[in-house]
Amino acid sequence: MSDLALPTSSSSLAHSNQQELKRDARQERFVLFSLCSPALLLVLIIMVLPVGWLFWLSFLGEDGNFTLENYQRMVESKSYARIFRNTFEVSLLTTAICILIGYPLAYFLSQLPRRTANLCMITVLLPFWTSLLVRTYAWLVLLQRRGLVNEWGMDIGLWDEPIKLVHNLTGTLIGMVHIMLPFLILPVYGSMRAIDRDYLKAAANLGASPTQAFWRVFFPLSLPGLFAGSLIVFVLCLGFFVTPAVLGGGKVIMVSMRIATNIELFFNWGAASALGVVLLVLTLAILGVASRVLRFDQILGRGH
Amino acid sequence: MGKDKSFSSRSRAGIAVAAMALAAGGFVSGATAQEKVTIASWGGSYQDAQSKALFQPAEKATGIAVTEETYGGMSDVRLKVKAGAMTWDIVASGSGSAARAGAEGLLEPLDYEVIDVSNFYPTLKMKYCVGGDVFSTVFAWNTETYGENGPQSWADFWDVEKFPGKRAYRGKVAGALEPALMADGVPMDKVYEVLSTEEGIERALNKIRELKPHIAVWWSSGAQHAQLMKDGEVDMTTGWNGRFDVAINDGAKAAYSFNQALLDYDCFAIPKGAPNKDTAMKFLAEISKAEYQANLPKYITYGPTNKLAYEIGKIDKAVAEKLPSHPDNAKLQLPVDIEWYGKFEQKASAMYQDLVTE
Repeated sequence: MSDLALPTSSSSLAHSNQQELKRDARQERFVLFSLCSPALLLVLIIMVLPVGWLFWLSFLGEDGNFTLENYQRMVESKSYARIFRNTFEVSLLTTAICILIGYPLAYFLSQLPRRTANLCMITVLLPFWTSLLVRTYAWLVLLQRRGLVNEWGMDIGLWDEPIKLVHNLTGTLIGMVHIMLPFLILPVYGSMRAIDRDYLKAAANLGASPTQAFWRVFFPLSLPGLFAGSLIVFVLCLGFFVTPAVLGGGKVIMVSMRIATNIELFFNWGAASALGVVLLVLTLAILGVASRVLRFDQILGRGH
Repeated sequence: MGKDKSFSSRSRAGIAVAAMALAAGGFVSGATAQEKVTIASWGGSYQDAQSKALFQPAEKATGIAVTEETYGGMSDVRLKVKAGAMTWDIVASGSGSAARAGAEGLLEPLDYEVIDVSNFYPTLKMKYCVGGDVFSTVFAWNTETYGENGPQSWADFWDVEKFPGKRAYRGKVAGALEPALMADGVPMDKVYEVLSTEEGIERALNKIRELKPHIAVWWSSGAQHAQLMKDGEVDMTTGWNGRFDVAINDGAKAAYSFNQALLDYDCFAIPKGAPNKDTAMKFLAEISKAEYQANLPKYITYGPTNKLAYEIGKIDKAVAEKLPSHPDNAKLQLPVDIEWYGKFEQKASAMYQDLVTE
């Protein structure tokens, strides 16, 4: 304090002061950084190392030597490309349907009084508490050739022949959308609740119709939640195993199912880990491109 | 081969087995000198049958304490062997995967001086594993759709004019190519000869391509193909005979035939580094005896591998005639050629996956 009061060597003092401040800032950053080091260490041990090991394994052949055969196999055999396309198709379709159903539902919930909305939210969350397997098999019972849906449909006279609702893409999508919907609704609902109603009143005050106010004010403000939800759904879909395996009837084959087959079929883990590596790289690439095009960071960065 | 991999029954059995293992563990730890083995099998109704027919009686007779666990197949064994942490002494496995695991060096060679296989069907044992039960891959049909005059051969299975209706077929290559060749007119004893070239495999695949528009489901587990028949989701399917019997007893309107079926077997093996290898060998010798083998059909319709089991009068005549390894049934069938699978399965599997995803 007394140093600052000395007027004579103000410039050199200011200089050393700046340095001190910088050092303090550095120290503080370091302390803060070391505070999160347990978390970083955890991420390193349970995320980075295993993924690195996965990469490493994918380059090992049956004799334990370096080889590209695990990747070569994916290029040579036509089924791999089809399975990857299938996986991304199913994931995209599921995400799209989830948005179509989930966004209006979240909007509806967000307009309700809190108490009612919370009650309705419980019905959205209920499926979360039921085992995924149980839900998947329940769909099988409902949708199969002599299942409830087909029998009722024919009893009422909506259709004459049983329609194919399961053991194909339709059944897989129905099951996956049902399971994924809460993952989309929760973040969307959260971001909608956080939107200040005064913005909409202001828009109306300035002459916007309700539709205009929704699209130009409400919708853009709800985008961060929508993107977060879609991203969660999409990424979870990519690794889905049980639902497509049960409802897809062997016709919808996803990467995860092929990984299981390869572990049984080949002696080395590499055959399976190479699939995991390619899925990871493709996913990161797609997310990278998507974030460029859709400008995730700007949308997400807007915050409230 | 994973006939009982239904998720729910398996995990339930897993919990029960784990609880039993805990109880048993607490029990035997006091008696230090007592011999013990840990056995891993597929769980579900299959392991229940094994436990009641083989493990429990043999435990009583030999005094070897048995701990049962469930596992997911040879990939689990590989993991434990490579980690140098084998905890199982005996594993139950499909013959094909046991043969490949043996070739890979995951299993101990069995000592047939200790295990008496003189009364076994000669094809039902090999260096690394000894047969535990015999099952068949058969075709089954819905008796409501076709009446009792169902398909009689693989050619009928393929004949969608005479037998219109939806089919289910296996999603994996094991047991999928042989029927196609027989449907294409290849005599039973020439099937593996034809399959031993790429053209032969392609010929089988083309035959399946023909049927593909009528295949509604590619099944992946025994629980699944039994359910498909029981629910009437498909009119005809391939599958494992024991599973169909369970479904039929459960009210499914289905029947199956042993004609041109594939005769296969499950077996017991000792993994590399098993902690009680010698005891395990003794235990395998015990459960391979006819008197235990004759018990198995009481619990599941899989046949004994020991021929003597049919002669000691413990198996009901009516039950015996339903078993895959009964001489009258066995002669109708094509024994699965493990060597072919060792040589060609990976290649054929890639080609088969191309077909399924087309």
